[in-house]
Amino acid sequence: MKLSLGPIAYFWPRDTVFDFYRAAADSPADIVYLGEVVCAKRREIKPEDWIAIGREMKEAGKEAVLSTLTLVEAASESAAVRRLCENEEFPVEANDFSAIHYLSSAGRPFITGPSVNLYNHRSLSLLTGLGLTRWVLPVELGLDTLGQLQAQRPGGVETEVFGYGRLPLAWSARCYTARSENLPKDDCRFKCIDYPGGRVLATREGQDFLVLNGIQTQSARTHQALDAYDELQALGVDILRVSPQAENTFEVLRLFDAARNGTAARELLAELEALTPAGSCNGYLRQAAGMDHGHPHAA
Amino acid sequence: MELVCPAGNLPSLKAAVDNGADSVYVGFKDDTNARHFAGLNFTDRTFRKAVDYAQSRGRRLFVAINTYPQPSSFERWQRAVDQAADHGVDALILADLGVMDYAARRWPDLRLHLSVQGSVTTAAGIRFFHEHFGIRRVVLPRVLSVNQVAQVAKESPVPVETFGFGSLCVMVEGRCLLSSYATGRSPNTYGACSPASHVRWEETPDGGTDTRLGGVLIDHFDRDEKAGYPTLCKGRFRVGDHTFYALEEPTSLNTLAILPKLREIGVSAIKVEGRQRSPAYVAQVTRVMRAAIDSCLRDPEHYRAEDAWMDTLGSVSEGAQTTLGAYHRPWQ
Repeated sequence: MKLSLGPIAYFWPRDTVFDFYRAAADSPADIVYLGEVVCAKRREIKPEDWIAIGREMKEAGKEAVLSTLTLVEAASESAAVRRLCENEEFPVEANDFSAIHYLSSAGRPFITGPSVNLYNHRSLSLLTGLGLTRWVLPVELGLDTLGQLQAQRPGGVETEVFGYGRLPLAWSARCYTARSENLPKDDCRFKCIDYPGGRVLATREGQDFLVLNGIQTQSARTHQALDAYDELQALGVDILRVSPQAENTFEVLRLFDAARNGTAARELLAELEALTPAGSCNGYLRQAAGMDHGHPHAA
Repeated sequence: MELVCPAGNLPSLKAAVDNGADSVYVGFKDDTNARHFAGLNFTDRTFRKAVDYAQSRGRRLFVAINTYPQPSSFERWQRAVDQAADHGVDALILADLGVMDYAARRWPDLRLHLSVQGSVTTAAGIRFFHEHFGIRRVVLPRVLSVNQVAQVAKESPVPVETFGFGSLCVMVEGRCLLSSYATGRSPNTYGACSPASHVRWEETPDGGTDTRLGGVLIDHFDRDEKAGYPTLCKGRFRVGDHTFYALEEPTSLNTLAILPKLREIGVSAIKVEGRQRSPAYVAQVTRVMRAAIDSCLRDPEHYRAEDAWMDTLGSVSEGAQTTLGAYHRPWQ
């Protein structure tokens, strides 16, 4: 199985981003997704910077992919998605139907990200006919459905699964980070930069529940598919994605790398848990609530 | 501007038709639609009556088949499409690509609308569904401002429908997984958000009420507060040192104040949310929206939202509050 680094969901200072990709160049990741997928107001990294980082990734032997914005609202955002889809240097991960339209109508091959709703074989076949070369399983789907989809998967399409990270759960017109600072979105003062792993939302009895990341809402727990590694491999999954986290991303990547080099996943789980700040979850893979812990070896 | 109203059962459908809906949308009694609630929706027999009642009075009947089937259940969605088409409905409201593809090929003459659950927010996205499936209308998510709706309506190859009144999703529809994160069931997979099967109401020692979803505390109400249903995004949570409605207050969308603007920017249909609500709700809201739209079309320049309309809509709103939602944002 290949390993990928998903796009950075958070708003990090420019130097942090460049440091992150310097480390990525020396990491076991085979594929690196690049670009701003959450909020178009975040401009620490400009489009030409992403291109430059992509070239460095290629020089380091990685496949570099440009990812598009997920919730596209303003005309300026549509135009930016269009420009990104017109680049001829890098493949593109489409995160909404604007990008799918731009890419498929230009006859360009494309990848779909986890927020494009491909829930069944007919959807998958249809997009394959329009140029889909790789898709990321929507995060709420489990191994049962994945197995059915893999059995009917059209030829020439790679399957990628969200393997590690806080789950992308929702997208809104409203900026929750600004709201939590009592600021309006149009005067957000780029507060997201103060929360490199997002801002935790807890219940009134103190349970960490969600994470606010600008207009995106994530899970507070970190989804991990490491203990389903053998099953994912048996199902013919091609790529596991590690979503960049504020800390420990490359240590986590190395654990996944150890799994693909033959270490039994269960021997790596304690170490993975120690690297995971608010605890892990993977209920989605077991057809349960996403926040639950699945029990692979009991199933 | 067409008025599109909800019906979860036959009495609601009659209420919508009798009070002035141009079109009524319904769903079947299973998980093929996004209001999959116990005791709601139509069987084959009641569905036949619904089609007859609406069409014999010159109104249109739409069927929402707007959830996302997985491979093992795909046939159920196909059957729903066939059942609706066999009964001669006026349009299907679809979200899933595969279901859209099936319907477009199997029933090429049937009108297809892209559901709000299809989660398309741009003219380019609409063009995709228009080119591949010939959709004839799109229902826009409730995350766009009026200016953004205007931009989409101007560039869209098909007419746009927007929400005019009802419960408000603050997350873009079709891509919100909060409910399945807590319960395993989401609008996409199960046809319900924050499903009643996973709700618990617990009395607390101080005489108040805790409301839980999938075991997660969504809110606590003091003895003198009215406890609301624990819709996940409308609970009170703690962020930093503050406990507040961190995502959204319990409130309903109400566009009466901006109807002339919606008309001017080219919105061609106004949708009322609430298939899960009572026939009385459907009757009241339909009557008000009918009067408002008629007034707006008659004389848009002198239109104003009457106090009596606002009072009626306020009385059937969540938390008795209404908002213009994302529509009123002056900024991006």
